[in-house]
Amino acid sequence: MHDFDFVKPASVADAVAALKQEGAQVLAGGQTLIPTMKQRLAAPSTLVSLTGIAELRGVCIGGAGLHIGALTPHSDVAREAAAHYPALAALAGGIGDPAVRNRGTIGGSLANNDPAACYPAAVLVSGATIITDRRRIAADDWFQGIFSTALDEGEIITSVVFPIPEKAAYVKFNQPASRFALTGVFVAKYGGTVRVAVTGASNNGVFRWTAAEKALSADFAATAVAGLTVDSGDMIGDLHGSPAYRANLVKVLTGRAVAAA
Amino acid sequence: MIVNGREASAKVEGRTLLSDFLRDGLHLTGTHIGCDTSQCGACVVHVDGKAVKSCTVFALDVAGAEVRTIEGMANPDGSLGVIQQAFQDHHGLQCGFCTPGMVMSAAALLAENPKPTEAEVRHYLDGNICRCTGYHNIVKAVLAASGQDVDALTGG
Repeated sequence: MHDFDFVKPASVADAVAALKQEGAQVLAGGQTLIPTMKQRLAAPSTLVSLTGIAELRGVCIGGAGLHIGALTPHSDVAREAAAHYPALAALAGGIGDPAVRNRGTIGGSLANNDPAACYPAAVLVSGATIITDRRRIAADDWFQGIFSTALDEGEIITSVVFPIPEKAAYVKFNQPASRFALTGVFVAKYGGTVRVAVTGASNNGVFRWTAAEKALSADFAATAVAGLTVDSGDMIGDLHGSPAYRANLVKVLTGRAVAAA
Repeated sequence: MIVNGREASAKVEGRTLLSDFLRDGLHLTGTHIGCDTSQCGACVVHVDGKAVKSCTVFALDVAGAEVRTIEGMANPDGSLGVIQQAFQDHHGLQCGFCTPGMVMSAAALLAENPKPTEAEVRHYLDGNICRCTGYHNIVKAVLAASGQDVDALTGG
């Protein structure tokens, strides 16, 4: 990999200032960025590590729901969110493997927006709010196609706030080599409203399956989606599964998630 | 940083990975680099008590941390530590390439969960790949190291 200057500021303000340099990029847990740099698909001239900023880590309950600091590793979310939002904790505990979960962070996952990552489904299904050093962004506005988000150049995610659902479950069809979701579906029920978010399936990244949301809001039962079909037109097709296979998985996993919720 | 209880320092580049720092900078070649893409787990070490894949961490990012490698797993008199001895007793290795990472992951598991079930051991070792043993004897070794009876396990 190309060499770079490494800086590790102790505050968000210092990190924002460091990011003003030409070619500077944020380093969170590095579990995607470092492999990407090894392949020379990214070559920042300065890396601004956020791991020294203590205020960016931690899980706590606040007025609007569960607050998770952007630099909180998946293993901490798996442990500390379990009592408050078990489906989210289970999702965090199923990302990658234990060693990856000790480094990878929620903020890193959301900024990267991999089309097969798990966290985007959690954020979208919960209607979470992404808080940065300068503004608050609703989940529905955050995701803008694969590897693309509303985050501006030099902007840093500081935390994510999740409204807590009454019932929820995430079902991941594991891709055992990458440990990403071959397809994953998160279902969450907030009063009479049900949201369904799908990852690992669409060429456009995470999305809400609105037809299923409507059916499940009327009748929260696995059978409610039985008559629906998922259009395979925009689905990912690769060595591991065709678009039609993924479209079918979306429906099957939605039913399983409702049953598990 | 503190490596296996001793202060260690060296000048590194920004891009120097923890795995390279340990092997090339400190000559602690027990930490193996298998895939270099964070898939295989041969490079697992502990940073402040947590298992990480040292090929996917920059050395500078963990400057000042406490790092433990396979070289820090033996007893002070040089004899094998409990987990290492269990791997030998239960034939938990053949070529030995993955073993440092397996032992470090096993140690992290037992620190969190001192009496894991067989399923928990297999789940925790998800990020460590072994191409020789078929895993059975590794799982047996980890269970034995936790002080549990492994005779009940079938096969192997």
